[in-house]
Amino acid sequence: MPDLSGYRFTLTHEWVHRDGDAATIGISDHAQAQLGDVIFLDLPSVGAKLTAGERFGTVESVKAASDLYAPVTGTVSAVNEELATTPERVNSSPYEEGWLLRLANVSEGEVALLDEASYLARADE
Amino acid sequence: MVEFAGYEMPLRYSSIRDEHLAVRTRAGLFDLSHMGEVRLRGQGAQATAQGLVANDVGGLGPGHAVYAVVCNDDAGIVDDVIVYRVEDGYLIVVNASRRAVDLEWMRAHLALGTQLRDESDETALLAVQGPEAVAIVQSVAGLDVAALPTFGSATGVVAGVSCRVSRTGYTGEDGIELYCDAQAAPPLWDALMEAGTPRGMLPVGLGARDTLRLEAGLRLYGQDMDETVDPYSCGLGWTVKLGKGEFVGAGRLRRLDPEHPRRRFIGLALGARQIPRHGMAVLAGAERVGEVTSGGFGFSLGHGIATAYVPPDLPDAPLGVDIRGEAVPARRVPLPFYRRPRPV
Repeated sequence: MPDLSGYRFTLTHEWVHRDGDAATIGISDHAQAQLGDVIFLDLPSVGAKLTAGERFGTVESVKAASDLYAPVTGTVSAVNEELATTPERVNSSPYEEGWLLRLANVSEGEVALLDEASYLARADE
Repeated sequence: MVEFAGYEMPLRYSSIRDEHLAVRTRAGLFDLSHMGEVRLRGQGAQATAQGLVANDVGGLGPGHAVYAVVCNDDAGIVDDVIVYRVEDGYLIVVNASRRAVDLEWMRAHLALGTQLRDESDETALLAVQGPEAVAIVQSVAGLDVAALPTFGSATGVVAGVSCRVSRTGYTGEDGIELYCDAQAAPPLWDALMEAGTPRGMLPVGLGARDTLRLEAGLRLYGQDMDETVDPYSCGLGWTVKLGKGEFVGAGRLRRLDPEHPRRRFIGLALGARQIPRHGMAVLAGAERVGEVTSGGFGFSLGHGIATAYVPPDLPDAPLGVDIRGEAVPARRVPLPFYRRPRPV
């Protein structure tokens, strides 16, 4: 497991890792474990605008299709294209190889961003 | 764990993908003890069995079994079952979700001189499925498992446990199903795990059971068929033997045209990884022409698959499935989606 001290989590199970005004986002290890094998991701394209708290895509496992919500506001600068053919990276490496999007011009919105311990304490509520 | 027909069952032990692929390439172990087992004994047993199911079980020799549907008077499917001819009568294996309905139905249709006994609660069922399944069971069995033909069964001792050993399954693979006393199931499970693990066998939950049976084109009662569906519409006309004599639903079935069913049960292969699910609309252009009955991801195929009912006269137009508002293109394909490679 990587060092998660720089990761912040939403109660809708996404994570965000800030790097200045850029950020990387994905879904938590807890979320991937609950979903089971990830089969398909519906993600926005480069240039799309995300708004904190709003739906930006879908993650689908055999069990269910779940909406993805933006932890922060920003513009998509990169999409993890590897996930189109190997979405199981979200299961095997949710914080590294299984990242979903990179964002530019990032700002925080109304969404509560928690550290890992606070997130895990509330994840099953 | 999920609740299924009143039983707490695991959706997966590890990963649905890993469990699915283990069954296709090596072996998987299933606990199917929720299935119902009903015994018919006595001199009326054969007449009862023949009167209940649409397939012909009269000519079955001991140790042989067939897949069959139980119909109501309107030819609607009450359940789909496996009927075993056993030494002292018949063993009918029914869906857990239909057990209460089936028992009531069977008791209402007993021929004279038939003793019916519901043995479901005292009977466990473990299945080993996959290309390594026969070898795994053989390694702990006191009978010649490999000699059993498909749909053949025999009684014998497996890992010290008395079982009915049957060459049947619900995965599209070669495999063995073991019926035993419920008390003996835990040690039998442990012995099979011990024998199978070195050969790459995994325990398999309900999730992969569903993706495996769907790839193999096997119907699921309650999704693909119910009392409003006749066997011809469901593509199960091959199990209907009108020449065998009278049985429940035969009158109605004789008036139906097997070649022109009211609805057609089709397979759909998606061009993408999205997963079609039960109840989603099937589209021809913008028009809704049917509904997905079963859907899932074909782990052996790499794309989404579904079965659906469509009108019998549906023109050969491009189809799609409405997945959360997106019309995902789908190709109509023959069932099954997956057929196991023939042994060389």
